[in-house]
Amino acid sequence: MSDRQNIKSSNTSWSFPYTIQFELRLSVPPRWYPWAVSAAAIVVALIIGGIIIAVVGGDPLASYAHIARASVGSVGVFSDTLVKATPLILVGLACSLAFRMRLWNIGAEGQFFMGAFGASLVVLTPLLPENTSPWLFIPAMIGAGMAMGAMWGFIPGFLKARYNVNEIISTLMLNYIAVQWNNFFIFAVWTEGGFQMSKVFPRTAWLPRLTDYADRIPLFRGLTVHLGFILALIAVVIVWFIIYRSRWGYEIRLIGDNPDAARYAGINIGRNIILVMMASGALAGLAGVSEITGVVHRLQGAISPGYGFTGIIIAWLAKLNPFAVVIVSILFGALILAGREIQPSGIPKMIQGIILVCLIASDIFLRYRVRIVRRSAVAQEA
Amino acid sequence: MNLIIIIQAGVATGTVLLFATIGEILAERSGVLNLGVEGMMLMGAMSAYSVTIATGNPWAGVLVGMIAAGLLSQIHAFITITLRGDQVVSGLALTFLGTGIALVLGDGLSKAGTIALLPRFSIPLLEKIPIIGTIFFSNQNILVYVGFLLSPLVWYYINRTKPGMHLRAVGEYPAAADALGINVYRLRYFYVFLGGLFAGLAGATTSLAVSPGWFSEMTTAGQGWIAIGLVIFAQWDPFRALFGSFVFGALRRLILDIQGPIIILGFANPFYYNPYYGFFLEMLPYAFTIIVLVIGSREAVRKRIGAPAALGIPYIRGERGL
Repeated sequence: MSDRQNIKSSNTSWSFPYTIQFELRLSVPPRWYPWAVSAAAIVVALIIGGIIIAVVGGDPLASYAHIARASVGSVGVFSDTLVKATPLILVGLACSLAFRMRLWNIGAEGQFFMGAFGASLVVLTPLLPENTSPWLFIPAMIGAGMAMGAMWGFIPGFLKARYNVNEIISTLMLNYIAVQWNNFFIFAVWTEGGFQMSKVFPRTAWLPRLTDYADRIPLFRGLTVHLGFILALIAVVIVWFIIYRSRWGYEIRLIGDNPDAARYAGINIGRNIILVMMASGALAGLAGVSEITGVVHRLQGAISPGYGFTGIIIAWLAKLNPFAVVIVSILFGALILAGREIQPSGIPKMIQGIILVCLIASDIFLRYRVRIVRRSAVAQEA
Repeated sequence: MNLIIIIQAGVATGTVLLFATIGEILAERSGVLNLGVEGMMLMGAMSAYSVTIATGNPWAGVLVGMIAAGLLSQIHAFITITLRGDQVVSGLALTFLGTGIALVLGDGLSKAGTIALLPRFSIPLLEKIPIIGTIFFSNQNILVYVGFLLSPLVWYYINRTKPGMHLRAVGEYPAAADALGINVYRLRYFYVFLGGLFAGLAGATTSLAVSPGWFSEMTTAGQGWIAIGLVIFAQWDPFRALFGSFVFGALRRLILDIQGPIIILGFANPFYYNPYYGFFLEMLPYAFTIIVLVIGSREAVRKRIGAPAALGIPYIRGERGL
């Protein structure tokens, strides 16, 4: 067995003077190396995205400059960036947790909507009267939202554990179902005057924002960062503790790395599939709660510009590390915030796609030493 | 509401799913899982529609749509076959990428006017057969007839020809295939490309024949994902794919038609009196996909039929394992 392989087969009639050679890395690369590779991948992605923007007649430099200015240009817009980053951190965590077990939860988007629905259920049914103290209101909404999200994660988890149903497709299908489910309630049940939105939630059901304390601390005026950001940071620490410091997390990592070894060690894989999907769904549900009680303050159709899908990229870019999820989420929050004003509207989505493609392609540099060598040299070695 | 008309329209709608499913079957049979079908379909639909507007020739649209999706699929092929990346994540990335590029390039297409469509015609003699003739051979789009021919052809190709045997070998036991002198990498590239071409054809079928126009992401509305579900239900068999696609097509059509009549089966039609219940009808194809997956997965366990053995595993020459 040789660890040196030539990817181009030698019998091709067309031959290029240089060829790519992969050598398995035998030593662990330095700690900074994976992050440098990821950063390089993003730079390459932005260059490719810029070329496409230029091809369709846009100005790539102006687009990127606009993104930078509209996301970190001042304290006010940076606060808006953090608001956008809040749901991203939570869905990024949701995906990281599931992906750590190689469980492909693509359903964070649907779980996000169900979380928003759960919180709305408390306010709009109403399960609690309008003048309830925020100290009861907010925990109740969070509980209901996380429960709905967990339920939406339980379905694919159960189907996977019991019937071996591919979770990628079942979670995706549940996304569409969740959106229609919400639509029914927005249009038919909680509609306000025939519009496609519910009434505004009472003030007691809003997550407190920095700007709410502006009369005491003038510096906070206009800053929209809300309690959800703190909740997200707490969730980061909890998820990190679960994955890296708890027995359950050890089981999750073992199943993800080597399911056969986990099975021989007597770990109940089916039970873990269901539990991880539920935990993942609950985190995505919390993102939904945070978004509608902290930002939108009502249930409506357009509450997510694809947060659930961006969460997949964030988890991957953060290499499933909960703390890195925070940093990556802030970057993507900036992209989404500034991207709203960029035309054509598909550009942020396209850039996200290019970034993900470049990231996966860059993974090869972590596992292999990649060299470009002359063909004749290869022949001599062989 | 006429059941025959619903099934007839379902056959047309189902042709979209059929092309996408057959393409994915070919790619997966070679051992490469490509979750980018939705993105490739959108690329195909957008390119086909815009080229048809520009040239006035829908056949040029179909051709360009197929090639565009085929080229997109090669990104996935490069990442998973050459760079040995994770097929799941790469496929997801391809969907993002295809959707994003299609949205950017297709910006403003929805405002375009009417276009020249692909021809529709009836097959003489066959259309005279009662019921079946009406459903399958009467006033269908030409691509629907292409779909009828495709399933038996692909089945024959996979199961009865030498290249088809090579395809199965590469998907089941690439090391053995390699030892026999089959170029595993080249074949996998080829079948991923073929899968891309068919996904592009599926997209073009949507935007030029079944529901003409460009409606951003709603042009395909998740049909690429349903196709991936159908591959599992079809157990990688083109004939079962044909059946599954038409059932799904008919279901989509039924959802539209059921909201029309005031009285249904002698009862007051709830979907007529409260159109909001339509949201629950809209869930059906997606819920049905999950049910179909449960059925397909259970049957696979019972009959001991599984996915191609090497599905999802990168082939590395000279390493132990599959």
